[in-house]
Amino acid sequence: MQRNGPLALIFHTLFITFILAPLVIIIVVSFTDKGYISMPTDGLSLRWYKAILDARELMSAFWFSLKLGLVASCTAMVLAIPAALAVTRYRFRGREAMIAFFMSPLMIPQVVLGAAFLRFFNIAGLSGSFFWLMTTHVILIVPYAMRMVIAAATGMNREIENAGLSLGASPWTVFYRITLPLLMAGIVGGWMLSFIQSFDELTMTIFVATPGTMTLPVAMYNHIAHTIDPLVTSVSAVLIFGTMLLTLLIERVVGLEKVLIGRG
Amino acid sequence: MPSPSAARARRMPWLLSAPALAVFVSLLLTPLVLTGVLSLYAFDGQRGILDTYTLANYIEVFTDTYYLEIFVRTAGMAAVVTLLCVIIGVPETLILSRMRGRWRGIFLLIILAPLLISVVVRTLGWSILLGTNGLVNQIMMFLGITDEPVRMMFTLTGVIVALVHVMVPFMVLSVWATIQKLDPQVEQAGLSLGAPPRTTFFRVILPQLLPGILSGSIIVFALTASAFATPALIGGRRLKVAATAAYDEFLSTLNWPLGATIALVLLVANIIVIVGCNRWVERRFRSVFEG
Amino acid sequence: MSFLSIKGLGKRFGSFVAVDKLDLDVERGEFISLLGPSGCGKTTTLQMVAGFIEPTHGTISVAGKDITSLRAEKRGMGVVFQSYALFPHMTVEQNIAFGLEMRGMSGQAMRIRIGETLSLVRLDGLSHRYPRELSGGQRQRVAIARALAIRPEVLLLDEPMSNLDAKLREEMHIEMRAIQRHLNITTVLVTHDQVEAMTMSDRIAVMHAGRIAQLDTPYNAYEHPASNFASTFLGKTNKFVAQALPPVDESSGRVKVGAHTLETAPYRLQGEVHAYIRPEKIHVQGAGGAGLAGRIQTKLFLGSVWMLEVETELGMIRVNAPNREPVTLNEGDPVTLSWNSRDVQVLPTEEVAHA
Repeated sequence: MQRNGPLALIFHTLFITFILAPLVIIIVVSFTDKGYISMPTDGLSLRWYKAILDARELMSAFWFSLKLGLVASCTAMVLAIPAALAVTRYRFRGREAMIAFFMSPLMIPQVVLGAAFLRFFNIAGLSGSFFWLMTTHVILIVPYAMRMVIAAATGMNREIENAGLSLGASPWTVFYRITLPLLMAGIVGGWMLSFIQSFDELTMTIFVATPGTMTLPVAMYNHIAHTIDPLVTSVSAVLIFGTMLLTLLIERVVGLEKVLIGRG
Repeated sequence: MPSPSAARARRMPWLLSAPALAVFVSLLLTPLVLTGVLSLYAFDGQRGILDTYTLANYIEVFTDTYYLEIFVRTAGMAAVVTLLCVIIGVPETLILSRMRGRWRGIFLLIILAPLLISVVVRTLGWSILLGTNGLVNQIMMFLGITDEPVRMMFTLTGVIVALVHVMVPFMVLSVWATIQKLDPQVEQAGLSLGAPPRTTFFRVILPQLLPGILSGSIIVFALTASAFATPALIGGRRLKVAATAAYDEFLSTLNWPLGATIALVLLVANIIVIVGCNRWVERRFRSVFEG
Repeated sequence: MSFLSIKGLGKRFGSFVAVDKLDLDVERGEFISLLGPSGCGKTTTLQMVAGFIEPTHGTISVAGKDITSLRAEKRGMGVVFQSYALFPHMTVEQNIAFGLEMRGMSGQAMRIRIGETLSLVRLDGLSHRYPRELSGGQRQRVAIARALAIRPEVLLLDEPMSNLDAKLREEMHIEMRAIQRHLNITTVLVTHDQVEAMTMSDRIAVMHAGRIAQLDTPYNAYEHPASNFASTFLGKTNKFVAQALPPVDESSGRVKVGAHTLETAPYRLQGEVHAYIRPEKIHVQGAGGAGLAGRIQTKLFLGSVWMLEVETELGMIRVNAPNREPVTLNEGDPVTLSWNSRDVQVLPTEEVAHA
């Protein structure tokens, strides 16, 4: 395995700079003391961070997104875990089709999903409901949850479950005492990934969000589409920081590669 | 002879996946079907959605130069973004694979973590960077590349730059996954047989990476063609792509049938690209790799 | 009456027949090995006895009770898996306690039983470790302990030693055998390692293509194989294609191999046959003696034996000379091979279908 030469390292530095540039600029700008997007050349100020607390719409959108994400990811987990077990533990006709079906939201453009849900809610009169918005998020994030649990379940030594049976445990006891604890890392990782996907979701949600069910990304998008002011940068900086923490947590618990590739 | 436990074993997988299936069939299939039906309705500017079926929407989308231009722009944009992601993403992944454990982990984290940050935030960052007084222009003027600020916001170039930033982690992921599966001893075999490092790279390693590069390209292309937020925020109202055009019809013009048509065309194109290309990659490389 | 009785057991996966009408009777306290190459159906048989796989036909009975349709968790058999299948999230003690907990044991009684079992496999003091903190040999003992703690009536071992290195494996053979004897548990071992089977078993069932080719004691299976498969799978042998000849008298037989006539153990066959002689039964000495003339092609020292390949008119013959004294003959030297005619076995050319 060869080491990286100086040319490679220069390229690498430029690449990393490219990756970090938009994030860094947001953080830097968020400390400006002026009322418009500018660099904090006259000194750092927490003015725009304090302003977050007064931004009622953004704050309530934040809490709404948080609540939505928590409920959606828990629901997605409850649906995904048995389905993942069905698909990894049993051979049956239609198994491949079922996996593809559950993974399909990944292949469908979010614009299409947004339009579809909009039409559906419109016909059924479900607009503006937290519950139904939550179900759209559930559908969107189930593939991520399922992929993680499937990876954990296939990585598990199947003979361990047989060992439990041979020692006298009923199938339910085997699931509860043996399978579930061993899947825990995948379940927690899947849960966290689902939460993040729901919290960050924009394109689909923008179709079905209403003033009464406003998520943070949609609120920020609406804000930015009309005016870019340092308020969104400070909010974004907070989000960046929060995501960094969550990323480190995921890396500790499961390993980021496994989460994003689905098979570490 | 079928025994109770054999019958139970056959029912189990369906029982376990029943809740998820119920949710998906009722809340995914149904809306999609309804959207398909919607695309066949007629629309009148005054009266809204009419209760008659027509193919007018499809005809309009496929013949009106306005929409054709949008599709061409979308596809071209997707192609350029994909190409750029390959050009910068593949070398970076290779460089990563040659780093020592700790650095490798850190940089991989740095490259992949933005995937967990909302696209709105990332695009906001580019809006700031690409502005007339933004950092990019300032640096270019400082370096003497240009005397006057170049307009990048609300141009296709700006959109492409921002989209490359959004998509390149997917390329890195895909190539990285392939590198993990490589047998390091194959490279050593090449060297032991007398091939100098450069030849070993081009004749031994790169060919093995092709499936990963190709499947990464498919993902990037499909995602870019469907992108909404970045083209909307950086491209602005006048630079339309497929996703923003659909959005316009739904939320501005309120011509839902036409919006549904655009959405479905985008969906079908997506599926053809993803499934078709994946099949091709699989068939082409099946004899080389197993599983 | 036999303790573990298998009758007409069969398993089919689609069109593939994994196990084909197996009959086996195991006495109480007996140690039986299912020995055969991979794909012969031995593991499938074991899994059917354990209850993890449902048989396509046939019955399994323990102590006279038909358990064929009994669920795995109700069979009360101790199973030691090839991968050990220890519960990674539980300590050694918790692993062993699991089966006892399922039987309603707790408190002092459970602790005593765990302690006893750990002593039995010589793992005292490791009860608070997790499997990942143990060596391969230690993990294997935990797996055995976990299966034995529940005092099963039948012990099933699925190639449990295949992941150990050679030296450790040898030690475990002897130790495992001693434990089994001490507890007098009816045991079925599945393995592809013939040394393992011969070391530990009271009887060996040599399996091939889903059937038992021969069921016999280790000595008989080795010395008097009943089929081509058994004779070539157990140990090494020299095989000659021969023509049956009428015997000279009742105590011996004769065959024609090429231009030579060989005396053999008595047999009753006609036409084309196979004649076998084991390498260790052949005596080698310098040229000119009475016997088959040949020339040494290869000479290898294997520690306990000298292995010679000798080119003769009957073909290439392998000879194992015990390392009691150095073999002074070298590659290229002419030699004479001789043996006791009783040691030449004659078997029919077709496969023998069952024991």
